[in-house]
Amino acid sequence: MGAESSPKIVIVDESPIRAAILQEGLREAGFTDVVHISEMQSLLSRIYALDPDVIVIDLENPSRDVLEQMFQVSRAVRRPIAMFVDQSDAASIQASVDAGVSAYIVDGLKKERLKPILDLCISRFNAFSRLQDELDRAKSALEDRKVIERAKGILMKLKGLTEDEAYVLLRSTAMREKKKIGEIAQSILTASELLR
Amino acid sequence: MTKPLHIGFIPLIDAAALIVAVDKGFTAAEGLDVTLVREVSWSNVRDKLNIGLFDAAHLLAPVAIASSLGLGHVRVPIAAPFNLGLNGNAITVSPALHAAIMAEIDGDRFDPMATALALSRVVAARRRSGAEPLTFGMTFPFSTHNYQLRFWMAAGGVDPDEDIRLVVLPPPYMVDSIASGQVDAFCVGAPWNSIAVDRGVGHILHFVSDILVRAAEKVLAIRQSWSDKNPEVVAALIRATFRAAEFIEQPNNRAETARLLAQPERVGVDADVIQRTLDGRLKILPDGTIRESSRYLLVGREGASRPDPAQAAWLYAQMVRWGQTSISPEALRTAKAVFRADLHDAALGHAVKPADASDAVGAFAGPAFDADDIAGHLAAFRIGRRKS
Repeated sequence: MGAESSPKIVIVDESPIRAAILQEGLREAGFTDVVHISEMQSLLSRIYALDPDVIVIDLENPSRDVLEQMFQVSRAVRRPIAMFVDQSDAASIQASVDAGVSAYIVDGLKKERLKPILDLCISRFNAFSRLQDELDRAKSALEDRKVIERAKGILMKLKGLTEDEAYVLLRSTAMREKKKIGEIAQSILTASELLR
Repeated sequence: MTKPLHIGFIPLIDAAALIVAVDKGFTAAEGLDVTLVREVSWSNVRDKLNIGLFDAAHLLAPVAIASSLGLGHVRVPIAAPFNLGLNGNAITVSPALHAAIMAEIDGDRFDPMATALALSRVVAARRRSGAEPLTFGMTFPFSTHNYQLRFWMAAGGVDPDEDIRLVVLPPPYMVDSIASGQVDAFCVGAPWNSIAVDRGVGHILHFVSDILVRAAEKVLAIRQSWSDKNPEVVAALIRATFRAAEFIEQPNNRAETARLLAQPERVGVDADVIQRTLDGRLKILPDGTIRESSRYLLVGREGASRPDPAQAAWLYAQMVRWGQTSISPEALRTAKAVFRADLHDAALGHAVKPADASDAVGAFAGPAFDADDIAGHLAAFRIGRRKS
């Protein structure tokens, strides 16, 4: 950062895990002055008390509109801020909305100093949603496996098949009907519920 | 079917025409494949419309104008060919502030001049006693709520930038904030005023129709460039939304409308509260006092769906009055041109009867609004923060 000190960054995010991931990334990149706000009550007065240079907020947060108020000069707003938008850089706006994050720059901080912070936030937000997706996929894969196990059990009992034969039957049916094995297994469970 | 359209909305009752258009199949009947996307903030709606993630949106009318002028954010010209609602907001105050205003009032309690003068006496008394200034909540810097609150209190001599605190609060947080004493009052759309009354934490002081007879509230907003390239799609969307607005205005369709809006992925509140709003029959006090007004929210009647450039001019005048921008004839022209009555009429194949042209706004204070002389009009108001 050279002679300039590390800018103070406030993260406004109700997800503690995502905020932690972001905080860690910012620290690694040398931004040591990072504070996380997870409580939306009195957001504006808390931000004023902290007096940050940069504010980062997730797009799922209704309090984004509260920050927009800080663009205005009024009695309630002491130090105006602006949303970080480089009008010439549409790709960066798109990337930040896609990632679900938005950054605000407080009066006085140079735009060049915000760009690396925003880029880092975008990559960490994307990393967080990838993690979330993987977790969801892992969960549904686990669910699928359980369903397939139970369907195999039903086929083995009703048709006198071995476990391998039951699996082959499931797989060939799935291929013939162009469906996932999990879906075929689920319909077997549903049918057996109905016929019980 | 055309290519799929994504339309953003905020869960408020005045998104009704859009929701009904999609959920009753009116958009499908026009050959449109529309997915409604529920959003959590006006900033998100604006940004997603700007960058093309949304093809259209339910948007605060002043945001459409601010976006076209590049105020507060990137300049993206917006076309508003359909007005989704006139009026629909209310001012709710805490029981304590209600009592204080009623103790000072000299005149009818629904007369906004009487309440504004009473408020100025309450504010003066608080200042003398060294109490903290009152805090009023509203939804967005470029919102009708902001301008309506300011217009009302300034008429009684209260300077909204000096005498009180005016803060932005997301609508879903309004009721909790008044309950916890974080704010003393707020101006917001339906259903939040009714929910505050039902919880016993707020009294509805005014319907905004007390302050302005006709106030453009939310518009169907489309990027102008996209609108120019897809005139057929825009016309089909206007027709479907108009059909929905007419459907909603039939009293015997209100229950069905309320049921559609009550769905969790739409507005997601009690059908009963929604129906009260549509009927203009609101419980205003926790003791059950009901106030009826045929002007509470206009979705399609009295030509409400037709965007009126004079309304856009009034909103622009408020931006000038409160120092959000400086006055310029070019900006006034741009603001008026956002409200596309031409597209509205062309799509429907007939002109919907416009409002009384002498004064499209009908404000309770000040001279009749002159959309062609903003500077002259604003000169009549003592309080303001006009930039030189």
